[in-house]
Amino acid sequence: MKTLRTLGIGLLAFGLLQAVPALAEHDAGPEVKSLRGHVPLEDESVRTQPKKWIKDDVPFERDYVQQPPLIPHSIKGYKINKKFNKCLTCHSWANYRESGATKISQTHFKDRTGTVLATVAPRRYFCTQCHVPQANAKPLVENTFKPVKALQAEQ
Amino acid sequence: MSEQHNEPGLFRRWWAILKKPSVKYSMGGLLAAGFVAGIIFWGGFNTALELTNTEQFCISCHEMRDNVYQEYKDTIHYSNRTGVRATCPDCHVPKDWTHKMIRKIQASNELLHKVLGTIDTPEKFEAKRLELARHVWKTMKETDSRECRNCHDFESMDYTEQTPRAMRNHEKGLTSGKTCIDCHKGIAHSLPAIFEEDPSAAFKVD
Repeated sequence: MKTLRTLGIGLLAFGLLQAVPALAEHDAGPEVKSLRGHVPLEDESVRTQPKKWIKDDVPFERDYVQQPPLIPHSIKGYKINKKFNKCLTCHSWANYRESGATKISQTHFKDRTGTVLATVAPRRYFCTQCHVPQANAKPLVENTFKPVKALQAEQ
Repeated sequence: MSEQHNEPGLFRRWWAILKKPSVKYSMGGLLAAGFVAGIIFWGGFNTALELTNTEQFCISCHEMRDNVYQEYKDTIHYSNRTGVRATCPDCHVPKDWTHKMIRKIQASNELLHKVLGTIDTPEKFEAKRLELARHVWKTMKETDSRECRNCHDFESMDYTEQTPRAMRNHEKGLTSGKTCIDCHKGIAHSLPAIFEEDPSAAFKVD
C-alpha cells in the first residue's frame, strides 16, 4: 500500500515537472527570476564572492550634506555594548590624541533636550547606527545624493 | 612510660632507614629502579602540567568560559584567514620552563579565588575587570610583552607589508621604545569601560 502511494506521488511530481516548462512558454507576462537566478535546479548556483571590508584607508569625502563620516578602516570584532565601546578607545576625547584618530563631534555629547553631558549621550553611543565601514561593493541602486560642493555650484 | 619515651618517632625511623646503606639490593638495581621511577614521575608531572596548559582546561571553569572566553571568540587570535590560533596559554603562560613554573605557582592563588568564588558572577567579574586587567598589563610591560613576541617578532616584521596606519604606529612605537601591550590593550578581551574616558587608569598602582 505504502509503495503504491509513493509511486503515485512520484508519478504526479514527474508529471508536474514535465508541465512546468510548457507553462512558462505560454506565459508571456514579466519574467520571474528566483533568488537563485537562472540556474537550473539540478545545477549548482554561481557562487558569489564574499565582500571584503576596506581594511585601512584615508578618511573618505562625504557624499552628501549631513552625511555621518564613513569609517575608513575595518571594524571586524569591534564591540559596542552596554558595558563597552571599542570605538571610544581611540575616538574619545581622552584618547584621540594618543591614537591619532578623529575625535567624536561635540554634538555627540548633547542629549535630546539639548543638555550637554560630560560623556557621550546615550542616543549617540551606538556608533555604527550612523557610521559604517565600507566594503568593495558597488551600490545596488542609483541615487541622486550630491556632495556639498555640487550644491554650491548649482546656486 | 619511660620505655615509650625512648622509642623514636615515625619520622626518625624513616630517616634511619634512608640514611642506612642498602644491604639487600644491588647498586645497579637501585639505580635502575630510581631511573625508571624518575621517568614516570617526571613524565607524569609534565603531562599533568601540560594538561593544565590547554584552552580546554581554562574554560572548564565557568568564570573563564562565560566572560573572557566569549570576548576572545570575536577576535583575530581565535578566528582568522589562515587558521593559526593563539589559545589562552599562548598569551598567558610563558613558554620557557623557569617562567612557566613561576606562573604555575602563582596560579595557585587563582585556585584559591575559584574556591572563594571571588568572580563567580558576571557582576563580580565586571567589578574586578580593571584590577584583573591591570595585573596582566603590568606583567606584560615588565616582561617586554614576552608572550606576544613568541609569535610576533619585531625583527621579522616587515612594516612595508602593513597597512599605512599600522606602519606609521609601529615605527613610532619602536623608536619611542614602546612594548606591544602599551598600545595593544584589549585585543583579545574587552577593555574596562574606564578606558574610554581615562586611559591613564590602566597604569595606576593599587
